[in-house]
Amino acid sequence: MQPTTLILLSLVVPAIATAANMALSDNDNWRDGATLVASLVTFALVVALAVSGEYGAAVTVFSVMPGLELSFHVEPLGLLFALVASGLWIVTHIYAIGYMRGNNEHHQTRFFAFFSFSIAATMGIAFSANLFTLFLFYELLTLSTYPLVAHKETDEAKAGARTYLGILMSTSIVFLLVAVIWTWIIAGTTDFTLGGILAGNIEGPMVAVLLGLFAFGIGKAALMPFHRWLPAAMVAPTPVSALLHAVAVVKAGVFTMLKVGVYIFGIDFLSSTSASDWLVWLASASILIASVIALTKDNLKARLAYSTVSQLSYITLGMALATSMGVVGGGMHIAMHAAGKITLFMCAGAIYVAHHKTLVSELNGIGRKMPLTMAAFMIGALSIIGLPPFGGMWSKWLLGLAALDAGQVFVVAVLMLSSLLNVAYLLSIVARAFFLPADDGEDAGAIAEAPVACLIALVATALLSIVLFFQAGAIERLLAGLIS
Amino acid sequence: MAGEAAQTAKTLVDHLPVLQVVVPMLASPLCMLFARAGLAWAIAFAASLACLAISIALLATVVDGGVISYHLGGWEPPWGIEYRIDTANAFVLVIVSAIAALVLPYARQSIAAEIEAKHHALFYTCLLLCICGLLGVTATGDAFNVFVFLEISSLSTYALVALGAARDKRALTAAYNYLIMGTIGATFFVIGIGFLYMATGTLNMADLAERIAQLESNRTVRAAFAFIVVGIGMKLAIYPLHMWLPNAYTFAPSAVTAFLAATSTKVAIYVLLRFSFSVFSPGFEFERFTLLYVVLPFAVMAMFLASIAAVFQQDIKRLLAYSSIAQIGYMLLGIGLVTATGLAGSIIHLFNHAITKGALFMAVGAIVMQTGHTAIPKLAGLGRAMPLTGAAIVTGGLSLIGIPGTAGFISKWVLVSAALEKGWWPVALLIVASSLLAVVYVWKIVEIMYLKPAPQTSVGEAPLGLLLPTWGLAAACVFFGLWADLTIDAATDAANGLFGGGFAAR
Repeated sequence: MQPTTLILLSLVVPAIATAANMALSDNDNWRDGATLVASLVTFALVVALAVSGEYGAAVTVFSVMPGLELSFHVEPLGLLFALVASGLWIVTHIYAIGYMRGNNEHHQTRFFAFFSFSIAATMGIAFSANLFTLFLFYELLTLSTYPLVAHKETDEAKAGARTYLGILMSTSIVFLLVAVIWTWIIAGTTDFTLGGILAGNIEGPMVAVLLGLFAFGIGKAALMPFHRWLPAAMVAPTPVSALLHAVAVVKAGVFTMLKVGVYIFGIDFLSSTSASDWLVWLASASILIASVIALTKDNLKARLAYSTVSQLSYITLGMALATSMGVVGGGMHIAMHAAGKITLFMCAGAIYVAHHKTLVSELNGIGRKMPLTMAAFMIGALSIIGLPPFGGMWSKWLLGLAALDAGQVFVVAVLMLSSLLNVAYLLSIVARAFFLPADDGEDAGAIAEAPVACLIALVATALLSIVLFFQAGAIERLLAGLIS
Repeated sequence: MAGEAAQTAKTLVDHLPVLQVVVPMLASPLCMLFARAGLAWAIAFAASLACLAISIALLATVVDGGVISYHLGGWEPPWGIEYRIDTANAFVLVIVSAIAALVLPYARQSIAAEIEAKHHALFYTCLLLCICGLLGVTATGDAFNVFVFLEISSLSTYALVALGAARDKRALTAAYNYLIMGTIGATFFVIGIGFLYMATGTLNMADLAERIAQLESNRTVRAAFAFIVVGIGMKLAIYPLHMWLPNAYTFAPSAVTAFLAATSTKVAIYVLLRFSFSVFSPGFEFERFTLLYVVLPFAVMAMFLASIAAVFQQDIKRLLAYSSIAQIGYMLLGIGLVTATGLAGSIIHLFNHAITKGALFMAVGAIVMQTGHTAIPKLAGLGRAMPLTGAAIVTGGLSLIGIPGTAGFISKWVLVSAALEKGWWPVALLIVASSLLAVVYVWKIVEIMYLKPAPQTSVGEAPLGLLLPTWGLAAACVFFGLWADLTIDAATDAANGLFGGGFAAR
């Protein structure tokens, strides 16, 4: 198959899954089976695209306005993002089947339909060939995830969903849209071009202003102070938190951030104008502050959410350092953090399904009831912290090197301090689960794990974190295309 | 070349400019004479289809920048009345007649549910007169003729709004209010025209343009401009002159609201454009000042204050009415920028907003038909009870916000581009910031419809007769959001035609 066909199919297949979900709403097994097939096919399509190794393949679907086209292309960063999102969709879907049925959730068809649709939007973001196309799918992703966040329909869910939509929409409309149109006016194009399109079209402090519009406009990257939507989104069912708010949505944000840095500004242009220096500081502050807030959160999902806010800023930092190493490190962190954080969220969901516990302080001794789950949790936590032999180590390593490269030594200190904070807020949960006696006194020895579908998924992603440690070279080779 | 064509007008095709107006004018008394609802509807629908065909033919003729000059009764301008079609008004003619052709099939069932049977024939008579008036205002090249048709459309509109009394008696006061305000507006307008005649001795727009060009410092001409802007401002609901609009839209029958929201203010905008850029010249100091220091600030106030007012409404029709006032603000903003791109933004938003609001008001009409309510708290759970109507409201709402992939996004893009091109980045920020208010009021409806459980009453989906026209417009919102080449080209042509001096370039 042509690479261009593969791109289009990878968008169309999840969209078809949405339609299939609605058509098969009467039969749960057929409905969920169809989605599983769709997720496998989507992943296979993206893998085929990766194997074909044809970067630069581009396809224009149609022209929207004179000079603005809906078009897609293949490039290393997008390919990596698409691989991560579609691959983890399979696991999350298996997990979601167990979770939704185990909890007897209502409106399951609506849930799965919008879930598939948001994957289609994610694929659109990953393969978009210009800012205009990216913006279109970026907004579609916000809208298609709104019903998922509001899923429970309680007042709390509605309020959370309102914050979610409010912040993501406001930032994207007020800052990002203006940035995109501004770019279009001064550069005459919004095409992603290696080396950037802005050099020579804008100068002086305006470069930093435009970068600021992008950095704050990409609300999905959860750069402080526009991060509040992410904890608010935690009212969603856990599979949504796992895939969308640890992988697809937030990674769409930082992916856009990297894409803008590499293909719109251009790394050389950024480093020669020093326009991103302030972003280095802001991202560093975001990393540390979010980690400290995470320490104070007793709600497990809220703690993980703030951990996500902190980890996302690593990737923004990678772009802001404006070195090739930073971009590779940031890109790699997309994959590494995805595998680690999705494991943690799935474990949190498994605990909720099996014991209906949501607070960290309730988790004393839970490791003895759910040994497999908590073992997976530990692996995920260690990978986030950045210890070998887990994937998260490599991206942090590269980011540290990039900081030295850029001469920003304090960033190395920030990274180290952040790892210590990670230890404090993640490993304390593991310690509590395994070493403290259970509070409730009920038979502590009996094993009571979540449904098997949930277990399969979270064990798989935990193993993935280990595999990624050994296969980091492959990702680095893939991303090397960004810096040539 | 266009002038010669008009002098040798022999075939039916050459008479298209006047047929555009005459067809609904003649069909209107026929509805009255036959006085049977079904027959009257058939006549009105046939007339609207004929109008649509004529307007499309006209647009196709002038789309490359051509101009048709039609001399009524063979009297040459400036002595006779001239109908003059260029891209700008051909575009508006298409909007008006296309909306009319969609509203009529919709009206049949909607009106049957909302108006007493004895008034049905009268309704179609008035609607056709209103269509005729709006098309006449748009097609004519004669300033006094604009006033005449404006009054034809306004008077029939007052009657149409008053027909809402069968559902809610407050329609009568709304219509009365509108009558008073509309008449004041029309008076100002005709005084302005009178001043122009005093100063120049002509009423033909092209002729006026030539003569005014030498009279920039003439006080009568300046006063004329002021009177015309205020008079037409009343008709198009420029921000502080908008008081008639919310009640009129709220209490009019659903089909009437949909038609008016999509056409009548748009035609008034066109008149403002025509007078500001073709008759008067934007090169005039006093006009630039008026647009910059009067129209632009009021446009921005409309964008914010009317949107904020919309947020607090408890009635969906009234909410959408306030949103209309805000959206008119965007169109005026494009005019206030006084650049070709700004004008193009205005014109394209004129079209995009017409289809968006048309779709929304039609969908609301479907809700009125099935539930009898327009109060927002009573919309709970309707998203599931009336899935297709609900989806149409969401689609229209997204277009109102300006989500990419919808028509509203294209408007926003062009308007923001225009502001940035001019270097007015605060205006660009104001445009995007005010669209956040649209998110708030649209989401207020979405949340109630989808996230609040329905009360235990059984409400079914609206009949196809209402759904098809509604979805026709809702689909257009998406279509023109993704394939905007067509509308942008037409709007740019129209803007260049107007901005390039319009008549003066002849």
